[in-house]
Amino acid sequence: MENKLNSQRRKPILLQIMENDLGGKIVLSFLAIIVAYVSIANLFLPIDSVFYISTYTVTLLGKYISFALLALALDLVWGYIGILSLGHGAFFALGGYAFSMYLMRQIGDRGVYGNAEIPDFMVFMNLKELPWFWYGFDNPLFSFFMVMFVPGLLAFVFGWLAFRSRVTGVYLSIITQAMTYAFMLAFFRNDMGFGGNNGLTDFKDILGFSLQDDNTRVSLLIVSFLALFIGYLISRFIINSKLGRVCIAIRDGESRVRFLGYRVEQYKLFIFVVSAMMAGVAGMLYVPQVGIINPGLFSPLFSIELVIWVAIGGRGTLYGAIIGAFVVNYASTYFTSALPEVWLYALGGLFVVSTLYLPKGIVGLISKIKFTKKTNKVSNVIN
Amino acid sequence: MSLIKNDNYSNIDNLQYGDRILLVDGITVSFDGFKALNNLSFTINYGELRCIIGANGAGKSTMMDIVTGKTTPDEGSVIFGKDINLLEMDEPSIANIGVGRKFQKPTIFGGHSVFENLELAMKDDKRLFKTLFSRISQEQITKIEEIMELIGLTELYHEPASILSHGQKQWLEIGMLLMQDPKILLVDEPVAGMTPQEVEKTGEILRNLAKTHSVVVVEHDMEFIRSIATKVTVLHEGSVLAEGTMQSIQENEKVRRVYLGE
Repeated sequence: MENKLNSQRRKPILLQIMENDLGGKIVLSFLAIIVAYVSIANLFLPIDSVFYISTYTVTLLGKYISFALLALALDLVWGYIGILSLGHGAFFALGGYAFSMYLMRQIGDRGVYGNAEIPDFMVFMNLKELPWFWYGFDNPLFSFFMVMFVPGLLAFVFGWLAFRSRVTGVYLSIITQAMTYAFMLAFFRNDMGFGGNNGLTDFKDILGFSLQDDNTRVSLLIVSFLALFIGYLISRFIINSKLGRVCIAIRDGESRVRFLGYRVEQYKLFIFVVSAMMAGVAGMLYVPQVGIINPGLFSPLFSIELVIWVAIGGRGTLYGAIIGAFVVNYASTYFTSALPEVWLYALGGLFVVSTLYLPKGIVGLISKIKFTKKTNKVSNVIN
Repeated sequence: MSLIKNDNYSNIDNLQYGDRILLVDGITVSFDGFKALNNLSFTINYGELRCIIGANGAGKSTMMDIVTGKTTPDEGSVIFGKDINLLEMDEPSIANIGVGRKFQKPTIFGGHSVFENLELAMKDDKRLFKTLFSRISQEQITKIEEIMELIGLTELYHEPASILSHGQKQWLEIGMLLMQDPKILLVDEPVAGMTPQEVEKTGEILRNLAKTHSVVVVEHDMEFIRSIATKVTVLHEGSVLAEGTMQSIQENEKVRRVYLGE
């Protein structure tokens, strides 16, 4: 046993984290291959080749990956510690806004009004100088810091108040929803200084590279994938630790965990903040690839849709959330162009079907099929 | 209640056999005008096995809720050891200072294996970041396996706890209590739903425990109480009706009238 422990310690950390996680390995490897293929096919194949991948597809894939990271963040709080957050879109949007403020500052004097001091929408609103909360966003590192800090701080304050008062279950879900709704109303106001209902758009550069350039687009895709990969490893590391087991215990019997001597509030707060920061990074990756951010991301509807992705993929598995985000968003892209009026019904139907027949989502379905095959084999052997 | 609170471990490690470990003094608590506990007072000594009996609604569970920090009383005080005021502490601090509780309905973690259930209960540094980076030691594994042997669940080492039978769940919960290694154990109906053999073994474990810990058992099964108890406290309508040996309790006029139904 002692030897076994030692040999475990010597293994590289990556293998340790991914140990016993076949699903995660498969999903991430598959995704890595797709990202690699799409990148190469877009940059190096001639446009008339059958294997060429359009820049539109590159961007689309990048958007899906940022959604997958968001779904992963939600699965961490919902699947592992039992907090059904119906307001995770708020963290995503805040991360997105923090980074688009940097992108706005990058435009400089190339805006319609040619004002290098303040962004176009502020000129339009008759603002004379930059509001104080825009200071510092010229710096990409500062923006990146704020991308994680702002959602993290919000989650900390919100979570501290809610968990300390022992608000749980459906009440907590409703409060999270009210939170994102309040943000939506605030950001829709033009005099908030975040572009009001038009949001922030018309981005030109990122770190000095043109956003219209294929190379930049492919780089963004690869960075998104790496972010998802790192987010997955962090989540997996947390889940595999003893802390992860405490979290699952909190999910299954919160008050019992208190009597074992764990401070449930701190554990919830930690997971909630980590998840919010991951959602913020997802928002940051979303913005330059989609090219616009507006208060619609704060809408409760988006946060609920996000819950549906995780439910359909398979809650409490991490990689299930990634699968769910891809499946639902791909379906959404397909339906909204082919049969736009059907999509919302299809989404609703999908949710009903998955709740009724697939309580563990697509991941649960796959393992069920595997299990039946195995038992069939066993019964064949017996016969 | 603050979220980050220092635990108060003063003078609890050098208790002598026979010292007072728990003092419940003049506790009164009412829910919507109904007095669940009415000026309840008793003491428990270190190394004692005490049974508490009483009809439904006599206040047994409420008493446990107050000692473990789940409910705050309207009046009175609860002192642990020499001078630790339990009423100022929240559930986790009370658990960490050495008060263990087994619930009436076995509450184990169904998603975790038998091993993991015991691991979570184990006495350890239970602060957030310590837990995040904690690695189980060989010593701890041995300790868990010992307890598993004791509660007879070794064969179910890696099985999820949700598949256990009712009796096995009770055992697992007693095992978790043992892993916590508390100074005083509050045990609510430990033998409910157990076979006679299991009841006997539970009695044996509790008697053994009482040599090094204090054990408070709330139970309905009079046969079981007779087999383990040295001292019995009878609760009635939220206060102590009688206290003494099983013998004297059975002969007590008041008790016979209200509780034994004679």
